[in-house]
Parts: sequence; structure tokens; C-alpha cells
Amino acid sequence: MLAHSLFFYFFSTIAVFASIMVTVSRNTVYSVFFLILVFISISILFIMIGAEFLGMIMLIVYVGAVAVLFLFVVMMLNITEQLTKRSSRKGLVNNISVGSIVGVIIFLELLVVVGGWKYKGTFVPLSATNLNMDISNTHALGNILYTDYIHLFQVSGMILLVAMIGAITLTFSKRENIKRQSYFDQIQREKDSAVSLVEVESGKGVKLDD
Amino acid sequence: MIEIGLGHYLTLAAIIFTIGIIGIFLNRKNVIIILMSIELILLAVNINLVSFSIYLQNLVGQVFAMFILTVAAAEAAVGLAIIVIYYKNKGSINVEQINSLKG
Repeated sequence: MLAHSLFFYFFSTIAVFASIMVTVSRNTVYSVFFLILVFISISILFIMIGAEFLGMIMLIVYVGAVAVLFLFVVMMLNITEQLTKRSSRKGLVNNISVGSIVGVIIFLELLVVVGGWKYKGTFVPLSATNLNMDISNTHALGNILYTDYIHLFQVSGMILLVAMIGAITLTFSKRENIKRQSYFDQIQREKDSAVSLVEVESGKGVKLDD
Repeated sequence: MIEIGLGHYLTLAAIIFTIGIIGIFLNRKNVIIILMSIELILLAVNINLVSFSIYLQNLVGQVFAMFILTVAAAEAAVGLAIIVIYYKNKGSINVEQINSLKG
């Protein structure tokens, strides 16, 4: 139990520190790195409390895909240069006051909820407490994800498809001065426009393309 | 204090959620950090779902955490694509200069 709490405090401290650094860091590339650190420590916490599939998926999806995507965009856009050029302090001070008021209020509200946990009503025991400890977490998750939640699963696949198409159509740009294959012209070509039969007289030859 | 319960995880989620919210307000540098703050908020929601799932011994929370993960990935992809074309058109993604809508 002591080890569990030590691990919890260690990784949650790292996560909180890194998520603060994500927001206040001046260099966007550092922010992305701190975001990766947050995700890694939270996924370690997930693995620690027994949601190992979700922890691993978070490592793969967030660190492997999303964070790298962020990194690519940051590098493509050359942001660090324009930051030093034009950054105004006035707007920042304005926003700090409003932002911290809103943030502190939200945090207090959340703390009230967590603190009021003692006075909670008794949980109605769910009809299905389906966390079976005999099989692994991944096995159990697959058991209900592919049976009870198969429609939601497929809908989430559709969401990913739509997002992919959207991202491609948004960033796709048609370049000028480039020779392209025109499929429809090729397919619509008929025999009449392409082939002609010529009666060749002997000893004279044929003259084409005049 | 030594015994780690549900409350600890919920508090951690609350702290990360709040940092995400404050990050959206404070940041005037570029839109990418706002997107990262949104990712932090979604992560806090995921922590809540997973810890309740473990506490209630019910796997449904983890299933929904996976769906949130999917939506977060899709949102990041589309948001970054929008940022890229905005940068192509205007040459800047400074939050203060994105005011064409006059909101």
C-alpha cells in the first residue's frame, strides 16, 4: 500500500508540474514535450490502478500519434520566429486576471464535489459489476467492447474516417504548373477520335497530321 | 493520506482540468497551445472515467474512455489541419491577430 501511494504521488506530481509547464512554457516545442510527459505519467497511473489496456492505448495514440502530429505542425509553421517578433504584454495581463478567476472558481467547485464525497448517498449497486479479476483487463474490455458496444465502436471508426477525410481536404492544395493525368479524358476516348484507317496507294506513302 | 483512494484520483483530475481551463485563458501566443490545453481537459475526463470504472468494478467507464480517446485524436487532427491552412492564408497563428470574425 505504501508503494502504491508513493508511486501515485510521484507520478501525479510529475503530471501536474508538466501540465503547468505546457501552458506557461514560452517555447511551443517545449510545451509539446511536456504534454508527452503528462501523457506518459498519466498512462503509468492507469496501468497502476489496473486499466492496463487503456494506459497502453494512451501511450500509443497520444504519444505515438497526437503528440508527434503536434510536433510536426509546430515545426512546419515556424512559430518561434514570429513569437519574438510580435508579442504584446498588455493582453496577457488582461487575460491573467480573468483566466485565474475562472480557473480558481472551477477548481473550487471541483474540490467541493470531491470533498463532499463523504456525504454521498449510497451507491445503487449496478446490475452488472462486470470487472472480472480472473481474466486480464484487455480480455475483459474486448469481451464487452465487441459485443455490447459494437455499434458505438463502429461509429467511432466512422468518426475517425470523417476526421481523416476532413483533414486531407482541408490541407490539400491544387498546385499550378504541373502535368497531371486526366482520367476522364483517357476513359472517354473513342475509336473514332483515335484511330483512322488509311487506304495506302502503292508507291506513294501516307502523309499524316496535316 | 497514505491510503490512495478514489478521491486522490479525482483531485488529480480536477487539478489537471483546471490547468487546462486556465491554459486556454492565459495563452495569447498561439492556437496550438490552446489545442494542447483541450487535450489536457480531455485527459482529466479520462482519469475520472477510469478511476470511477475501477472503483465501481464496472468496465463501461473504460470503454467510454476509449471513445473519448478516439474523439480527441480526431479533434487534434482536424484542429491542426485548420491551423495549417490558416497559417498558409494569413501567415500567423497569433491568437490576438485572429480577429476576422470581429467577435
